Amino acid sequence: MKKVIMGNHALSYGAKLSRAQVISAYPITPQTQVVELLSEMCADGSLDAQFIKVESEHSAMASCIGASVAGARAFTATSSQGLALMHEMLHWAAGGRHPIVMGDINRSMAPGWSIWTDQNDTLSQRDTGWMQFYCASNQEVVDTVIQAFKVAETLMIPVMVILDAFALSHTYEVVDVPDQALVDRYLPPFKPAIKLTPADPRAFGGLTGAEHYMELRYRLQTDMEKAPALIEETGREYEKLFGRNLGLVDPYRCDDADFIFVTSGTAGYTARAAVDDLRASGVKAGNLRIKVFRPFPFDRVREVLAKVGKAAVVDRNCSYGAGGIFYQEVKSAVYGRPGMPALFGYIAGLGGRDITTDSFKEIAADALAKDRPEEEIVWIGVKK
Amino acid sequence: MRPKKAKKIVFKSAEEMPLMICSVGDQTHNLTGAWRNIRPEIDRTNCIQCGICWKFCPEPSIDVVDEWPVVDYDYCKGCGICAEECPQKCIVMVEERK
Repeated sequence: MKKVIMGNHALSYGAKLSRAQVISAYPITPQTQVVELLSEMCADGSLDAQFIKVESEHSAMASCIGASVAGARAFTATSSQGLALMHEMLHWAAGGRHPIVMGDINRSMAPGWSIWTDQNDTLSQRDTGWMQFYCASNQEVVDTVIQAFKVAETLMIPVMVILDAFALSHTYEVVDVPDQALVDRYLPPFKPAIKLTPADPRAFGGLTGAEHYMELRYRLQTDMEKAPALIEETGREYEKLFGRNLGLVDPYRCDDADFIFVTSGTAGYTARAAVDDLRASGVKAGNLRIKVFRPFPFDRVREVLAKVGKAAVVDRNCSYGAGGIFYQEVKSAVYGRPGMPALFGYIAGLGGRDITTDSFKEIAADALAKDRPEEEIVWIGVKK
Repeated sequence: MRPKKAKKIVFKSAEEMPLMICSVGDQTHNLTGAWRNIRPEIDRTNCIQCGICWKFCPEPSIDVVDEWPVVDYDYCKGCGICAEECPQKCIVMVEERK
């Protein structure tokens, strides 16, 4: 059924269609509508789930972990400072192998106090062991939540589904809300092999000595390495039922391109418009939107970039003292491989500053005028 | 006295370990008494068999055997709570000499 909904409500519908059984959350701008709608769904009975009101995001994630270990499908959503407050529990969720799905609305970290978008909140959680899926449309959000539960529960690794603040969270779009019966066919009930139950009493998350800890982490990494193939497989399976594929990356006009923008989130769709404009003016441009950041899609990124001479990685984030985080990752993906393009790094759109088609044209002009990158970071639209 | 039969479980490979970090046996093999610097010694002369030491021991490492308190030195960490709480002051903490 087609509905006009905001990005935040796309997360709510995704959780509802996935038949989340426990929702525990604390409100924070710009995430509030996600859990507001879910609480209404729980209250009117359209979603058969326990809604837990908590006093902080740390407790929201802690109670999702408790629910998950007891065998329930758990969902939460947060943003920025709330995600930062969850940090300890993010390690508990991933290290303990609890397949929780969480929506995060990318909001800049304070100070300066900001409610507008950039990616430093989620990218600061890069090494917690969560998968991270960056979405670019409301349709992709609904579909991705459903896929995220399937991937998370298959590998027992939690997933963050990530939306840009306002540019996606508060933007209304037409969304084909999937049919519940089809979703039920795609996503079976969550049945973990081990769970907290009086029938088989166990303690979870206990002291782990040096003789075992490393093996647990080895398995988290090796299971993460299985994720790219699983994401593509479940994406194709999704396409068979719903007509939309869900992959690791989303290339646009890359096949015959000479120059590629590497983007993530909603900036990826702005880049598409810039690509069309550039092509009309004779530049064979393309856009590679990286949807899945963890696990990093090394093979897909290399496949696309091997076709071009130059690529510009556009980051809406900064690792202070290093540079754009996607830029670092893309460089490490192509390092030492023959036939890879010169990579240029750009930082734009921090704190909700718009990234427009003009921003991309400025980036293209800069990269096309140089043989090699001259600086680690080229700042776009900053008042120097 | 509790049985101390459990053996420490050490997995040989990552694959045979449970994916989730959970208990797979008991910890009775872990003789925490080795942590002790001072040991409680009970003088039965003034002991009134009130059971307060048994009740307060956080481990719990005091058993009641034939109605008398007996310290289980395999697990007693020497915290001294029993000596502190004993109303008859008949438990003294003595330095370990190992």
